Amino acid sequence: MLLIRCPYCNDELPELEYSYAGEAHVDRPPDPASLDDEAWRDFLFVRRNPRGLHLERWRHAFGCGRFFNAVRDTATDEVIHTYHAGEPRPDLEKFDRGAS
Amino acid sequence: MRFSLSQVVWQGLKGNVGWRPQWPAAEPKRAYEVVIVGAGGHGLATAYYLAKEHGITDVAVVERGWLGGGNTGRNTTIIRSNYLYDESARLYDHAVKLWEGLSQELNYNVMFSQRGVMMLAHNVHDTQSFQRHIYANKLNGVDNVWLTPEEAKDYCPPLNIDPSARYPVLGAALQRRGGTARHDAVAWGYARGAAQRGVDIIQNCPVISIARGADGRIKGVETGRGFIGAKKVAVVVAGATTTVMETAGVTLPLQSHPLQALVSEPVKPVFPCVVMSNAVHAYISQSDKGELVIGSGTDQYVSYVSRGGLHIIEHTIAAINELFPIFSRMRMLRSWGGTVDVTPDRSPIIGLTPVPGLYVNCGWGTGGFKATPGSGHVFAHTIARGEPHDINAPYTIDRFKAGRLIDEAAAAAVAH
Ligand SMILES: Cc1cc2nc3c(=O)[nH]c(=O)nc-3n(C[C@H](O)[C@H](O)[C@H](O)COP(=O)(O)OP(=O)(O)OC[C@H]3O[C@@H](n4cnc5c(N)ncnc54)[C@H](O)[C@@H]3O)c2cc1C
Ligand SMILES: [Zn+2]
Repeated sequence: MLLIRCPYCNDELPELEYSYAGEAHVDRPPDPASLDDEAWRDFLFVRRNPRGLHLERWRHAFGCGRFFNAVRDTATDEVIHTYHAGEPRPDLEKFDRGAS
Repeated sequence: MRFSLSQVVWQGLKGNVGWRPQWPAAEPKRAYEVVIVGAGGHGLATAYYLAKEHGITDVAVVERGWLGGGNTGRNTTIIRSNYLYDESARLYDHAVKLWEGLSQELNYNVMFSQRGVMMLAHNVHDTQSFQRHIYANKLNGVDNVWLTPEEAKDYCPPLNIDPSARYPVLGAALQRRGGTARHDAVAWGYARGAAQRGVDIIQNCPVISIARGADGRIKGVETGRGFIGAKKVAVVVAGATTTVMETAGVTLPLQSHPLQALVSEPVKPVFPCVVMSNAVHAYISQSDKGELVIGSGTDQYVSYVSRGGLHIIEHTIAAINELFPIFSRMRMLRSWGGTVDVTPDRSPIIGLTPVPGLYVNCGWGTGGFKATPGSGHVFAHTIARGEPHDINAPYTIDRFKAGRLIDEAAAAAVAH
């Protein structure tokens, strides 16, 4: 079971409090009508699947109810950092410890 | 050495010292016509059919760990073909037909047991959706029948059909030709059959990257034991697919998730068939050793840890106890996880890639064991001819661009 810190409640809690909501920083296309099939495929179906650091959304479903973002290492399942939704994508080099 | 009753008796009389290793531990050669990455059931079946049906024997199967140690050796071995869509019915039923003759074909007992797979309906939606499946299956020549709760209990006596259960059983869909097989034996049988025909099986040899020439064509693979040249490379590595394919510049719509299973202490035969329940998310059968084999759900998040959360299996056990109260005091022996590669429509990708000479067979997610013989058979055809077999022609990477999904995800929500 993952241990995740909600950056709003500022509390480290078991994964059961949360629900996963997929890759973070996936922006909706600003002008959908201009997208070709390839761009639609990428937006709808293609997500990063790294063995290593992953930026992802979580919702504190049984707490404050808010969405936030996390940096997790998919090779160890360790949640390394969490931050508020809307904050810019963090610099991953800062977290990469050469592992995995 | 052919296996037979007379061999068993003869070797037994000689003290069982005459058995020989079933395939040699091959050293990598400098180059092959075809390199298959991944010695799971699908990769080994592909090698077998390449050699047997297409006469291509200059083949190596290159495996990171040990043969069959991936999802092939970790799954709950449910085999069925009662999928909704025409494309799926053709693919999975092709596999079931091959399963039916596989032990004879390989001269290896894969213990295929057609004990029937029963899927429980717990609500109106399940009932309607299963009955739709039954009619669609009928049109495709796939057996699947509707059972009342009483008929379901007749087929599987431990089942609790009390209407006051939290999720009462409203009926079930039964595929009698479905069942289980011995997972390891499938890998071993294909490995032995392929090796007998000249295929090299190279274990403890991780593929680090796929090498392409200046013209973009495949050159070979860079491995932990040096470079191996190849005219064609076929990647069959389940949960590791995106990490291998991205070294060739190919992006795939896959997510890797943990999926867990567990077994109980062994008991006398008590459970005659396979039961699945999508609504409460549990599936169960009893192995020939006597263990209850119980499958769980995937964790929500992407992970390569092959572990998964304890709460996932707790949920499964709660569901099993509700459906089969007689098991409430059984002790569980072991639990484990695999890493499954899931596509957006829960159907596999089998075929060509944008890179000439590079082929991929992946996206089997939580339910590809059942397809092992069929998948290897059509994939070998695809590699040998450079174009897909009729059966896997719809399973392209391009379908996600064209929008022509094979949406078993919407059809069943689970696809074991
Ligand atoms: C717990 C669990 C229960 C399941 N239950 C069922 C079920 O009841 N019915 C069903 O039909 N399916 C089920 N499945 C799914 C099924 O196990 C898989 O779809 C199927 O076994 C995939 O076979 P494969 O040969 O493609 O992959 P695998 O058996 O995983 O083989 C892939 C191989 O590639 C190797 N590899 C990976 N990376 C590299 C590399 N870089 N270089 C070299 N080799 C590499 C791996 O070590 C592995 O041996 C289940 C899966 C799990 C985990
Ligand atoms: Zn919170």
